[in-house]
Amino acid sequence: MVDIGGTRVTMREQPVRERIKNFHSVPFGYDEKEVVAEAQRCIMCMHAPCEIYCPVRLKIKAMIRKIAERKFKEAFLIAKEDNPIPAITGRVCPQEDQCEGVCPLAETENGVNIGKLEAFIADWAMKKGITEEFYIEERTEKVAVIGSGPAGISCAVDLRKFGYQVTMFEALHEAGGVLQYGIPAFRLPKDIVDYELSYLKKIGVDIQLNNIIGQNIRFSELRENFDAIFIGTGAGAPLFIGIEGEELNGVYSANEFLIRVNLMKAYDFPEHDTPIVCGDEVGVIGAGNVAMDAARCALRLNAKKVYILYRRTKRESPARDEEVQHALEEGIIFKELISPTRMLGNEKGWVTGIELAKMRLGELDKSGRPRPIKIEDSEFTMKLDTVVEALGSRPNRLFLDQSPELERNKWGVLVVDENLNTNIRGVFAGGDAISGGATVILALGEGRKAAKSIHKYLSKGDGK
Amino acid sequence: MKYKITRKEALNLEDFLVEVEAPLVAKKFKPGQFLILRIHEKGERIPLTITDCDPKKGLVSMIIKAVGKTTSELSKLDKGDLLTDIVGPLGNPSKIEKFGTVVCVGGGTGIACLYPIVKALKAHGNHVVTIIGARSKDKLVWEDEIKEICDELIVTTDDGSYGYKGVVTKPLEKILKSKAVDKVIAIGPMIMMKFVAKTTEPHGVKTVVSLNTIMIDGTGMCGGCRVFIDGKMKFTCIDGPEFDGHKVNFDELMNRLSMFKGKEKQAMKHYERGTK
Ligand SMILES: Cc1cc2nc3c(=O)[nH]c(=O)nc-3n(C[C@H](O)[C@H](O)[C@H](O)COP(=O)(O)OP(=O)(O)OC[C@H]3O[C@@H](n4cnc5c(N)ncnc54)[C@H](O)[C@@H]3O)c2cc1C
Ligand SMILES: Cc1cc2nc3c(=O)[nH]c(=O)nc-3n(C[C@H](O)[C@H](O)[C@H](O)COP(=O)(O)OP(=O)(O)OC[C@H]3O[C@@H](n4cnc5c(N)ncnc54)[C@H](O)[C@@H]3O)c2cc1C
Ligand code: SF4
Ligand code: SF4
Ligand code: FES
Repeated sequence: MVDIGGTRVTMREQPVRERIKNFHSVPFGYDEKEVVAEAQRCIMCMHAPCEIYCPVRLKIKAMIRKIAERKFKEAFLIAKEDNPIPAITGRVCPQEDQCEGVCPLAETENGVNIGKLEAFIADWAMKKGITEEFYIEERTEKVAVIGSGPAGISCAVDLRKFGYQVTMFEALHEAGGVLQYGIPAFRLPKDIVDYELSYLKKIGVDIQLNNIIGQNIRFSELRENFDAIFIGTGAGAPLFIGIEGEELNGVYSANEFLIRVNLMKAYDFPEHDTPIVCGDEVGVIGAGNVAMDAARCALRLNAKKVYILYRRTKRESPARDEEVQHALEEGIIFKELISPTRMLGNEKGWVTGIELAKMRLGELDKSGRPRPIKIEDSEFTMKLDTVVEALGSRPNRLFLDQSPELERNKWGVLVVDENLNTNIRGVFAGGDAISGGATVILALGEGRKAAKSIHKYLSKGDGK
Repeated sequence: MKYKITRKEALNLEDFLVEVEAPLVAKKFKPGQFLILRIHEKGERIPLTITDCDPKKGLVSMIIKAVGKTTSELSKLDKGDLLTDIVGPLGNPSKIEKFGTVVCVGGGTGIACLYPIVKALKAHGNHVVTIIGARSKDKLVWEDEIKEICDELIVTTDDGSYGYKGVVTKPLEKILKSKAVDKVIAIGPMIMMKFVAKTTEPHGVKTVVSLNTIMIDGTGMCGGCRVFIDGKMKFTCIDGPEFDGHKVNFDELMNRLSMFKGKEKQAMKHYERGTK
């Protein structure tokens, strides 16, 4: 029987008690029966609002229809047309603000679980070894892609489809950007990221790891040796609050904490060589996806109490709903309306706690969220032995300092026109490098858009 | 791509030289810069100063002290073995120009790190006095190499087994009192650099130190290498590694270097158990 509308098919997950001891995926993913049942909830809206709110305009309705008919391969190929990494976006998109959020079913119940449907068909295709087939008509022009995050990946895939010779440069020893070093495996298993990257190699993208553009290879050299360039260097430089005590041992930026855990696999120390020190009582400053990830990693590193220290309230948290919910289920404690003023340390130079001021919410600011205002003389202290600062990040100075010819704003965010062209002819940019920090799907959409602009530029000599 | 070891040589019980084939790094290297390597897939990323370089043959060498798991493991490798990752050159090159009289102070493995800098200073017409120190004679590295390229060489050992008995700051103080020195460059253990900076400060001689903080990425992404210079946060990997020695808070840095001590011991034990 077809159950149109109805209630969402429950996602089976690792029980809390078990999952906080491992780094395996929390959701198990739908099985074939479940995925079909969930797809059958779709009422096939005439104007498919879900598609309008998907930043890459995935043909969601057509994909769901095929899933409902059990034609998984066809569903997969539909998704792939607009999105080179559905296994990833299906897991990390803020669906509640996009596709699923506007689904009419969301008014009374949950919207169709589009993300999990997308992840299912991609995982299914991976297991079956099914990939998109296309014929590449080779061209001679060479394009350099700087950075291997979602923006770089999507740009490289499309450029190869157009037939260009693509070389991708990555500073780290593994490709994937935030997908690799930032988002933990319990949210995004690394075999999935590796699989998507192996696909890049398969279609002929030359991936050059351990190459920092601007440091080992000058940007000007790249400009001489390539016909066009895409900059997808992200916004990986951590911000620190700038309060007393940030030099103390036991204080980390979320980036350091997550790089140690995810990229260097410190959770598997001493099997892997990189260590991490995580205490019993951990405070994570901030409440976005990065903060949730750091907090949940700390829990899995055996912390007894993990606090989210946030100057607004849970409601204003910019993290995905699923992450906040999972964090709460796992026992992460939200401390709302507080802001750190000082870190406290002992004579051995280790952090022992934090001083915080109480806040209240004021008028709405530019982001549409109420502005937190400090309550005078409300300071109090909390005992902590590890502090992780997850305050957001900025584009890396390393690349910018050595390519002064590129126009950027005062935060180091590259300035581009509507075609994602920078101020230099033939040089395009996208992803966090032009947004200062957004989402995987936006970065991916910009990578694709830039590939189109590069194609136009190289085939017609358009551009600037 | 893997990186082949082309030469490996023990210099004493702790220090050894490793030369690897890394053409891109060799082509771009400038004195004062370092690289980050990873021995194998499960390895830690460790920063090492480049001490010599042959751009034509695409070779770079490092002089390394076996202090923990990774450096000990590295010391067991040999010619022909492969390293999984190398990225570099990293960091800013030393500022080299004609300063006049420059005193270079090296301690322990830092002596070798001075080598390319002294060479470049000489090429720019400086008068270079080098003071090198070690705990004892058998711990001294690269004395002959340095001697060959500088104008004056002074050697000290803590136990007096060779050269002057005592620490490097003693002859440094003497020189500062007896002649005009335009610049001091110090590379070695934090504690040595701290006292070199302390010694030069009253004489008002500009003193450059090269900071060996704990690093991971080396590209400005983790902030683990942060130092405070004049109260401002700097990242050693991309703003350094050289800083004005009079503005560095060495005690704070020495403390940060000890952050992973417990874990490092654990790693070493685990490694020793595995190699037995
Ligand atoms: C912990 C964390 C969790 C997140 N969770 C989510 C989520 O759940 N959902 C979501 O949609 N978004 C999430 N985000 C945001 C999202 O990951 C980013 O918006 C997205 O990855 C940006 O993609 P990008 O390709 O622009 O850059 P990145 O993914 O940052 O990739 C840039 C790459 O370029 C490399 N690079 C930088 N400079 C150079 C250079 N000079 N030379 C060579 N290579 C260079 C970097 O090493 C990096 O690998 C999260 C971010 C973090 C940090
Ligand atoms: C810019 C720079 C240049 C360096 N050049 C040289 C060199 O030319 N020759 C040399 O022998 N050593 C050099 N070092 C130090 C070298 O990186 C460390 O000795 C090495 O990382 C120790 O690793 P391990 O696993 O053997 O020891 P561990 O047991 O891990 O650590 C022993 C000690 O080394 C330091 N250390 C640990 N991890 C790191 C890390 N990731 N980065 C830096 N220091 C760390 C700490 O003080 C620690 O207590 C340099 C460091 C920096 C930052
Ligand atoms: S890509 Fe993201 S927004 Fe688009 S349909 Fe998939 S999960 Fe929804
Ligand atoms: S909005 Fe919801 S119900 Fe409508 S087509 Fe999209 S998924 Fe189906
Ligand atoms: S080593 Fe990570 S920022 Fe310097």
